[in-house]
Amino acid sequence: MIRIDFNRLRFLIIDDNTHMRRILRTLLHGFGTREVYEAEDGAAGLEAFTHYMPDIVLTDWAMPIFDGLELTQMIRQPGANANPYVPIIMLTGHSEKKRVIAARDAGVTEFLAKPISAKALYQRILNIVANPRPFIRTRTYFGPDRRRNVNPNYVGPERRKGGKADIIRQQSLLNKAKAPV
Amino acid sequence: MAKAKNETPAVTTYADYEVIQPPNKLKKAVVKAAAAAAPGDDPVARAEAALAELSNEFSSWMDTECERLIQTRQALKRAGINATTRDELFRAAHDIKGEAETFGFPLAGQVADSLCRLIEHSPEFDRIPAELIDQHVDAVRAIIREAHLKDAEATANRLSTRLRQVTDDFLAHENRHRPDYLDGILAPPLSPEEQG
Repeated sequence: MIRIDFNRLRFLIIDDNTHMRRILRTLLHGFGTREVYEAEDGAAGLEAFTHYMPDIVLTDWAMPIFDGLELTQMIRQPGANANPYVPIIMLTGHSEKKRVIAARDAGVTEFLAKPISAKALYQRILNIVANPRPFIRTRTYFGPDRRRNVNPNYVGPERRKGGKADIIRQQSLLNKAKAPV
Repeated sequence: MAKAKNETPAVTTYADYEVIQPPNKLKKAVVKAAAAAAPGDDPVARAEAALAELSNEFSSWMDTECERLIQTRQALKRAGINATTRDELFRAAHDIKGEAETFGFPLAGQVADSLCRLIEHSPEFDRIPAELIDQHVDAVRAIIREAHLKDAEATANRLSTRLRQVTDDFLAHENRHRPDYLDGILAPPLSPEEQG
């Protein structure tokens, strides 16, 4: 079992809503964090990110100027800033599947739907600290590995080329039909 | 300004992708079990207690958010429909949707959610009946202001359910030529477990 020494982590909260920033700051201080910085829109958030070099970014999705998704895409630009690998937790009222997928494909590390709770926020941070994922760079994506687990039941073409398992063998339809359910 | 350490990530290159193992900058915060804090020192419980201390402000924060929603509705009526008035109304409703449960007004959050859906998923915003927007805004205000009354929760529940039904019927009609889109918006949201 591990615990987190929050006192050694620096957070940046980016949210245009002052009440939500206060709630998040209160939770983080409650966990034991001392260094918490805030920004109230995407542009100020990017500036604060460059200036403070946070260990973890918490961002809202819907914000003026540019939103949390655009902010994530700007941070995930290799070479554009000092830490394109920074863990990003997207906190949002949007919980539809297409939104979650869009956030994942922009390079968000963890997704947390509002209303937020101390426990859910803690679990996301714990996962980031204890189980860091490698990054994947393709022609169209740069961000944390979107494959969190290996699915032994997956059948279909391997989309990543050049590895040991270039193709995952597909069970024939005939065998599938024969297999007991 | 904090300085970044010059640490190089390990990169493994494959045919059409790279796997990058960035330096683990967060390792400094991991405390092994042997060095873990004393029993009873629960960071989640501490954070919940800190939030509970803040909770005496929640009611006035909810009033502020509600007033903002009312103002955006008035701005919409005054200035007419444009991208700015539409976005401001959506953001005010969206913030209530995200905060109301934390502030102790979950049903106001459900009504705000219904208003967000109405705005977001109507192909043409100016086809939304003004009365339906008014009903949502008035319902949020009533749920917050009348929360202390007897039977307030049952009434708020009926109001919330009905507004959601009317909204879904409207969206089904407006998106009747886009069945795939309609399937997406009428599907239930992902559960927290699925959101990872």
